[in-house]
Amino acid sequence: MTINIIINGKKIEAQAGQTILQAAKEHDLHIPTLCYHKDLSPTGNCRMCVVEVKGGRFLQAACVTPVWEGMDIQTDSEKVVKDRRLTLQLMLANHTANCACCDVSNECELQELVYEYQAETPAWGTKGTRYKVDSDPNPFIHVDMNKCILCRRCVQACAEIQVRDVWGVAYRGFQEQIVAGAGTTLLEARCESCGQCVAYCPTGALSTKINYGQGMARAHQVTKVTTTCSYCGVGCQFDLVVKRGKVIGVASNPNSPVNGMALCVKGRFGYDYIHHPDRLTKPKVRRYLLEGGEKLKTNRKSEIANPKLEWVETDWDTALNITAKKLGEARDYFGSDSIGILTSAKCLNEENYLMNKLARQVIGTNNIDHCARL
Amino acid sequence: MAGLAASFGSGAMSNSMDDVAKNAKAFFIIGSNTTEQHPVFGTMLRRAVRFRGAKLVVADPRKIDITEFATLHLRQKPGTDIALINGLMYIILEKDWADKQFIEERTEGLEEFKATVMQYPPTLVSEITGVPVSQLYEAAEIIARNKPTAVIWAMGITQHISGVRNVMDLANLQMLLGNMGVPGGGVNPLRGQNNVQGACDMGGLPNVYPSYQPVTSEEARKKFDDAWGLTSSTKVGLTATEIIPGILEDKIHALYILGEDPVMSDPDTHHIRKCLEAIDFLVLQEIFPSETAAYADVLLPGVSFAEKTGTFTNTERRVQMVHKAIEPLGDSRPDWWITAEVAKRVLIGTNNRVPREAPFSGWEYRDTNEIMSEINAVTPSYGGITHQRLEKGERLQWPCPSADHPGTPVLHTKQFTRGKGKFAPIDHVPPAEEPTDDYPMVLSTGRVLYHWHGGQMTRRAKGLMEVYGEALVELSPNDAEKLGVNGKGIVRVTSRRGSIEAQAWVTDRVPPGMVYANFHFPEASANELTLAALDPVSKIPEYKVAAVKVELVG
Ligand code: SF4
Ligand code: SF4
Ligand code: SF4
Repeated sequence: MTINIIINGKKIEAQAGQTILQAAKEHDLHIPTLCYHKDLSPTGNCRMCVVEVKGGRFLQAACVTPVWEGMDIQTDSEKVVKDRRLTLQLMLANHTANCACCDVSNECELQELVYEYQAETPAWGTKGTRYKVDSDPNPFIHVDMNKCILCRRCVQACAEIQVRDVWGVAYRGFQEQIVAGAGTTLLEARCESCGQCVAYCPTGALSTKINYGQGMARAHQVTKVTTTCSYCGVGCQFDLVVKRGKVIGVASNPNSPVNGMALCVKGRFGYDYIHHPDRLTKPKVRRYLLEGGEKLKTNRKSEIANPKLEWVETDWDTALNITAKKLGEARDYFGSDSIGILTSAKCLNEENYLMNKLARQVIGTNNIDHCARL
Repeated sequence: MAGLAASFGSGAMSNSMDDVAKNAKAFFIIGSNTTEQHPVFGTMLRRAVRFRGAKLVVADPRKIDITEFATLHLRQKPGTDIALINGLMYIILEKDWADKQFIEERTEGLEEFKATVMQYPPTLVSEITGVPVSQLYEAAEIIARNKPTAVIWAMGITQHISGVRNVMDLANLQMLLGNMGVPGGGVNPLRGQNNVQGACDMGGLPNVYPSYQPVTSEEARKKFDDAWGLTSSTKVGLTATEIIPGILEDKIHALYILGEDPVMSDPDTHHIRKCLEAIDFLVLQEIFPSETAAYADVLLPGVSFAEKTGTFTNTERRVQMVHKAIEPLGDSRPDWWITAEVAKRVLIGTNNRVPREAPFSGWEYRDTNEIMSEINAVTPSYGGITHQRLEKGERLQWPCPSADHPGTPVLHTKQFTRGKGKFAPIDHVPPAEEPTDDYPMVLSTGRVLYHWHGGQMTRRAKGLMEVYGEALVELSPNDAEKLGVNGKGIVRVTSRRGSIEAQAWVTDRVPPGMVYANFHFPEASANELTLAALDPVSKIPEYKVAAVKVELVG
């Protein structure tokens, strides 16, 4: 059912049952949010999205207040702005103000709003470091509860996206804090290290440990390249974050068709094999191939002992010519079906297509397969 | 996916992950450790159960993580899936829960099939599977009375000597319930590796050209002969599980392996090593010196997914872009470039097999976009899937035959590829190797959340190793007590083929009489133990059942 409401003096149409935030969004009217995220159920606990409703005694949280016929709303009145600024100042009072050193500075939603509302840290100051920095031994997740603003997005992300219920809220008042399980470590609380809570945390309270300090959030230093995960067949997409020619991390890309912001531990944190020192970076051939000798059929233990089986780094032309010659010889001498081709379920469609064409056209065999069965 | 091809005429996941997660009223998961193997899909299922109240029946000998969310967990004995599925269908027929209209309009072969299913009354099935009769009734009711039910499986169904028939029986079940071609239903095999689906689609199989055009068809042969100016015979080739043993039989003299690691991923490692030692020439194109590299004569350094552009196809037939983020490391090169160079040089080097002039006889490609254009021309289901469309943000699932086709999220909506769906009578056969006095326990193998396949990538990721840094053998508390494994301890697991030693993890995830091991770590890879008993049609090895004995070492 369509109803009429007024936002900032402008008449607009909304749907019954919508929240003020939803109605405003549909008409491109901005209301700031912090604890709210479109993927999570709204709780209205941070009070950043407060608006003034004509006739109401208190400011209303736009993310949870439904619209009604004739509702007259001010989203940026002086009273609203003042209230939001105070809300931010209260948060800052419990937040270590060390933005320059923070790993998420630039992408931090709190920082953004503090700037927008020019919310100076109040004179009654911050309480300083109350919790241990990097307090959890989880190898992927950096926890610094000194930066937590108690928005509870992490609690919701874990419960509503990952359905694991690791994070919870403990204590009340000034002592209130976010804890894993019954105050244990993340892994003890059955955390699967998916990093969903990190992706949804608006501040630096939760960040990535394996690339901490490398500047993941420094937009002017990094490029982001959207791609598809190289592990399992779900086919999640995400952004590779690249700095000076190196992949320094993985960031959720909310537009991913299959997974949205969600990823698993391998997709989000299993990227460091890309730059592992074991990577093969030069073509190599066994010495006997360069010296024109026969292959010694022998097991790999004697490889070390036998200099003819030593690996020699070569250029591409040498390695490719030897390969082509050997494949061609086997084909011409023993027949096309004496060659087996194993293509790869890890490689691109285009590459698999070429392996299929190589087997069938160049070699002339249907002996091509990959590990689909394994 | 030979099983689905026999039942429906084509074999792939019939629905989309998002579709079943949103629309299924119930899920039947059998042989899929979804939350560890396909984690993000696993969470989609958990959400459906918790927030939408969808029912979930899990059939798995192990108490895998997803069972926590199950309405009902059936712990059938390993290798008894057909008996279980037949038993459920017996009850569905007995209670008259079958979808008669669907069966009438869309299927054939019901009578003969029914005669077989009627051989599986609940008491007998309970005896074979170890699942109580009351649970069989409860499961059948959940699956049949919540419509649609989506059936989901993975390697736990296919890695058996009866793998193909297991799949056909699940197809029977979904036809019986009329759950095919509807949102939220369908047969949903989850493909393991990121691009297994694509590798199959692109003809990386011994029996088909791209898009499953059979090599045995003279028409298909001619089509590719015309496209490439030359092609292979109509004789089906060897599978991976035949190619490697073929070395010792003097059938195979040279191997070209792209990014696979048979020493880690194939059954009966000891035998694989012996075969590879005997090969005349092995060229391996890889990013790491894998276990298989020790047997190679030439190593060609390919690149990781971060260093090239092209496409992957996920388990639900969705084709997605992969984008180059960094330059190839050192002197490594994109794999498509390397393969094209090898092809060109073989062609230059001889005058034995020279392709005729033809539209796609050549090997000059500037980039993968050009290769995709060639794929579009010869692969009907990919006819309209171009890099340009994907870059524009179009979301395409094959079949997508033309540039204006929107793709196909749900298969078989109007009719099956083969016309009518075919009910196939399927009988239970016991696994190839059953426990004996000498080898009294059953070994099942697979992967864990923190690692991937032969572990080449994940063992090189520091954090993953911190959480799961060594091979663990899952052992039930019951057996642990018998063996004297007290919380922690090293056990030796021995089969007729080999033996491994690893840390025991005492857990009720496995039932008494069963051990579970993974193949991520070369020093204790489960494939030292597995046997190369193959499904007669798909040639998939029976990874999920082997007889072993377990001893305490220290
Ligand atoms: S990493 Fe995942 S499982 Fe662990 S606490 Fe965060 S959301 Fe929950
Ligand atoms: S840890 Fe982050 S997401 Fe969680 S409550 Fe604190 S600020 Fe919010
Ligand atoms: S992020 Fe995890 S679930 Fe997603 S594709 Fe990668 S491995 Fe699979």
